[in-house]
Amino acid sequence: MNFDYSDDQKMLKDEARRFLAARCDVAVVRGVLDHDDRHYDEALWRAVAEQGWLGAAIPEEHGGLGLGHVELCGLAEELGRACAPIPFASTVYFVAEALMLFGSDAQKAAWLPRIAAGEVIGAFATSEGPGPIGAIRTRVVDGRLTGTKIPVTDGNIADLFVVLAEDGLYLVEGRAEAQVLQTLDPTRPAARVTFDHAAERLGDEDGVAAMQAVLDRAAVLLAFEQLGGADKCLEMAKGYALDRYAFGRQIGGYQAIKHKLADIYVKNEVARSNAYYGAWALNTSAAELPLAAATARVAASEAFWFASKENIQTHGGIGFTWEADPQLYYRRSRQLSLVAGAPATWKERLVGQLETRNAA
Amino acid sequence: MDFNDTPEEAAYRAAARDWLAANVAEHKAASHADDMAAARAWQARKAAAGYAQITWPKEWGGGGGTPIQSVIFGQEEAKHPVQYGYFTIGLGMCVPTVMAFADDATKQRFVGPALRGEEIWSQLFSEPAGGSDVAAIRTRAVRDGDDWVVNGQKVWTSGAHYSDYGIVLVRTNTDVPKHKGLTMFWLDLRSPGVEIRPIHQMSGGSNFNEVYFTDVRIPDAQRLGRVDDGWKVALVTLMNERLAVGGGGGAGPKEILKLAREVDAGEGKLLHDPAFRQKLADWWVQAEGLRNTRMRTITALSRGQTPGPESSIGKVIAANQLQDIGNSAVEAMDQYGIIADPALAPLKGLFQSATLNAPGLRIAGGTDEILKNIIAERVLGLPGEIRTDKDAAFKDLAVGR
Repeated sequence: MNFDYSDDQKMLKDEARRFLAARCDVAVVRGVLDHDDRHYDEALWRAVAEQGWLGAAIPEEHGGLGLGHVELCGLAEELGRACAPIPFASTVYFVAEALMLFGSDAQKAAWLPRIAAGEVIGAFATSEGPGPIGAIRTRVVDGRLTGTKIPVTDGNIADLFVVLAEDGLYLVEGRAEAQVLQTLDPTRPAARVTFDHAAERLGDEDGVAAMQAVLDRAAVLLAFEQLGGADKCLEMAKGYALDRYAFGRQIGGYQAIKHKLADIYVKNEVARSNAYYGAWALNTSAAELPLAAATARVAASEAFWFASKENIQTHGGIGFTWEADPQLYYRRSRQLSLVAGAPATWKERLVGQLETRNAA
Repeated sequence: MDFNDTPEEAAYRAAARDWLAANVAEHKAASHADDMAAARAWQARKAAAGYAQITWPKEWGGGGGTPIQSVIFGQEEAKHPVQYGYFTIGLGMCVPTVMAFADDATKQRFVGPALRGEEIWSQLFSEPAGGSDVAAIRTRAVRDGDDWVVNGQKVWTSGAHYSDYGIVLVRTNTDVPKHKGLTMFWLDLRSPGVEIRPIHQMSGGSNFNEVYFTDVRIPDAQRLGRVDDGWKVALVTLMNERLAVGGGGGAGPKEILKLAREVDAGEGKLLHDPAFRQKLADWWVQAEGLRNTRMRTITALSRGQTPGPESSIGKVIAANQLQDIGNSAVEAMDQYGIIADPALAPLKGLFQSATLNAPGLRIAGGTDEILKNIIAERVLGLPGEIRTDKDAAFKDLAVGR
């Protein structure tokens, strides 16, 4: 029985935390937030690639470290805690996972080494408008993919797209016409991307089923980023509650604040425990993955949203200024909750899984 | 992250399974006068095999095992219909306190019979004026020769009505701050002057009691720990509570899912109502969060570590969720939901009973509010409450009615 990170995994995670503390302080995040022409931190992206993190779960034969998904989960947790402004999730959790899941040997050999080396930024293009994924208008005729996807996270900086078309997933190489969008979280860019590109089929699965298989894997990894962010919010709120005095004492001594922070703690622990179970299911590709991923996703989305909003509330007036840092995590919590489908969509999926499981 | 036993754990589990399979069958085949008699027989059977208190040393009749072995046996035992709650408080909290503080003769006399289920112990701490504030105890013990004379009242004493002995925390000094004037004793609950009255709960059950003390004489030889040092002894008792890795049970997501397949809601069954489905997902996430948190606790035990603070979140979540699921199911039945009769209500009235039991669960064993204070103070390190009682003598404290 081992329901925790191993000692080696903990060491990797500690190293990652130290590395990000040095290379991704809040000034790096603000550097992207405050400059409309800067969409990610290129120096951090290169540094992360040099560390080998992009290929943590990519097999060694394809240029990765071949560590496994639990290690990648640990890195995701630290990236979330640091609010890292880089296209890590798009490239690694979505595109690399899609390639490993559905790619032909040739596709894997062509792209995974370049992803692991940091030569390629990936983007996962599914949405075409408001609401959960429904009828898809993007189609492929004679090997040419045409359609418009909005929003596509990192669509303006990507060199490699995995695109959901009417009949399945496709791989699109090269830049695409991308209009950068104004979003809730400028530290993670999103674009309207118009495709008229040669495209290669990725796997044989049906469109939405193939997308969902990728989302199940990405959801677990995103849950760890959300968990890292939620933990950071609790730390920030606690730090402020201990520093700030009102009515002659620390505001952290008032039960209204203490119980608020205890509520955050409880939600974070629920999210952590469910994320760990998701990590196990992901790492072993267990049959439970769809249910475990939905459970981890819902718990982490709820925890990060709650922690990020109550962190601002704990900070009082300073909390909603541009200069204060709670907004960074509030924005990121929205980005991470929506990027792979909103909580309501995942709750519906979760109950669907329960129905089939209990019917069997 | 993996769920597999180590080879040693797997071997222990296999042995426990075999033992349970053989012994539960024999136990169930035998006839027992009543539930208590059956419980005692099962306890004696476990004690003989070293499964009664697995972590206790063998010299005291225990299994000489590890916490993880105790968890493994508990998991396997839970698969059989042999869940008797009569001995949990005595063996989990009271007897360990006796073992830590009593003289050898006392231990020799009491540990074995308790382990075998022959004698049952109660814990007498809470009082009408000291629930959350348990150190505010007023039950008074005054020295008289070799005895102490005790007067006062205890409350919320689980199982006192079927118990033989108890450990009782009383006030021996009112001139010092409240934590410093308490003393712990063990006593025979049939002593003259002890009166036990069951409390009728709003759920209809009677698991707790009021225990009145009128000039009860307790020999000084029955003192556990030093005079006025009882708070320290009580902390040992309460610490033993922490290793309990309790299970859920009752009205959970699976039960309400079952109901939702049957109950009509608008045009289809409740299970097809989108609002219900969203809530069901939330309940599932919480229940899974608790289950997986227990796995983390077991992992810590398995590694020989003390479980971390994550184990403290359980009751806050479980009790509130029970109330929410119970009431949501009741409301889903519409007018029919008011019916609590097990013969008529779906799932034998499980949700009506959850609705009536949940308020007590949110209070017993630490209220939601006290548990949140504990998380905020001990886990997060936030300041304690402002206290007017800390340095004042007990007799000078403000009291309400």
